[in-house]
Amino acid sequence: MDARLKLRNTKSIVFKSIIIFLAFVITLPLIIILLYIIKQGVTQVNWHFLTHIPAPVGETGGGISNALLGSVIIVALSSLIAIPVGILAGIYLSENATTRLAYYAGLCVDVLQGVPSIVVGMVVYFWVVKPLGTFSALSGSVALAIMMLPIVIRSTEQTLKLLPDSLKEAALSLGVPYHRVILKVIVPCGFAGILSGIMLSVARIIGETAPLLFTAFGNPYLSAAITKPMQSLPLLIFNYATSPYDEWHNLAWGASFILLMFVLLLNIFTKLITRKWNIQL
Amino acid sequence: MEHSVISASNFNAWFGDNHAVKDVSIKIEKNQVIAVMGPSGCGKTTFLRCINRMHELIPGARSEGSLKLYADDVYTMNPIYVRYKIGMVFQRPNPFPNLSIYDNVVAGYKLNGLKMPKAEMDHIVQKSLTSAALWNEVKDSLHQKGTFLSGGQQQRLCIARAIAMEPEVILFDEPTSALDPISTSSIEALFHELKANYTLIIVTHNMQQAARVSDKTAFFYLGELVEFDNTRQMFTAPKDKRTQNYITGRFS
Repeated sequence: MDARLKLRNTKSIVFKSIIIFLAFVITLPLIIILLYIIKQGVTQVNWHFLTHIPAPVGETGGGISNALLGSVIIVALSSLIAIPVGILAGIYLSENATTRLAYYAGLCVDVLQGVPSIVVGMVVYFWVVKPLGTFSALSGSVALAIMMLPIVIRSTEQTLKLLPDSLKEAALSLGVPYHRVILKVIVPCGFAGILSGIMLSVARIIGETAPLLFTAFGNPYLSAAITKPMQSLPLLIFNYATSPYDEWHNLAWGASFILLMFVLLLNIFTKLITRKWNIQL
Repeated sequence: MEHSVISASNFNAWFGDNHAVKDVSIKIEKNQVIAVMGPSGCGKTTFLRCINRMHELIPGARSEGSLKLYADDVYTMNPIYVRYKIGMVFQRPNPFPNLSIYDNVVAGYKLNGLKMPKAEMDHIVQKSLTSAALWNEVKDSLHQKGTFLSGGQQQRLCIARAIAMEPEVILFDEPTSALDPISTSSIEALFHELKANYTLIIVTHNMQQAARVSDKTAFFYLGELVEFDNTRQMFTAPKDKRTQNYITGRFS
């Protein structure tokens, strides 16, 4: 009897050790990638690097200002397209969960999330780039907005579904019309969740390369015109890392470091926001 | 006829196929406390929610018959106006978690986008919180979130929120069933004061509570209004056999 008890205890300890060990192991890939990118990239980054466009082959120096500006513009533009649509669609899905439209719309959102990004890029190429006759930042934003939508929709929906019905009833019983109940009570109460969904979707698309290859296309010069081709961080990394020049490789490492920092900060902010602004129900 | 605040005649309500309220006719007079009691599933809460048209918000719910606020049919009025005039307090305290205590009290104005001078708003807040017997406890923390209050205080905050709209009638849906006995007795004491200005309709599971606080009691059973009479009369000499069985605890 005693021996059996001992054996069972040992099994528990072994099992516990294994899961603790694996929990530790899963942090390793990120740490290794981080350290490597920091080692390769951090020495490239300085003020000059952030404020100058890439130097032509053979010259030293040069920076990624065109890609930085481009990434900011393209992501801002896609957020402008995807966030209002995503939040409103998410509100519909959480408010009318039982309707047939909600079922099929939800299904489409799930499938959309699984569509390969290169396919999104190709579709946008035929929809926007060809009719307009030119590669443009706008078309890149459309492609990225399509990638953002499912994340914003689902996070809004999930957040709002968790809010108790009693909250809505309280507002309705005061004679507040439905649209104000949603905009003044339901959305503010779910604000932290909705915002964190938005931040995560931005973190997700800021590194997308494939949909931009034949939409935003890239541009070696500084440009803020949304109807013209525009550079972005992942495009710059893709183009320069595959080039045969060492200076350009260094540029790509530096850009990778900046991109990674963006994503890391966005994730950390998201965690802080959900902790700080989460409303006690 | 004219002195009835709420009068229903042959009023019916359904949830899908479930006939929850059957042919109810009742006249409720001004400045009284009406207790509505009956076993679970007898339609008392449904009837209450029909009075301020909250019932129809549930998918598949519908109603028929006439239900009047004074001389106006509630079901031809704008539901938003109905809910201004007929306030409601729910089973679980549900202050708005994103608003301060102050904003919770005037939520009916703020959420509807009604503007008024700050002094007037301050006055409404103080008056409503005083009427809800909460002013002394929260006057120093008006700008903190309402969700930091205890359950009983939250429920009184919800009462203050309903009072702030100056309604004719306040509906209470088992307002103390989620509260401890001390909070319960403070809210019961409130009912006596509130009836000077409002008409109160209180759904309750608790027969002692009905006996303690109400002027008149309505007994619902299986969707029907079995008996509606003065509370004292009802608890001492009920006319209907079913009321008697319920009060004496033969079924619950």
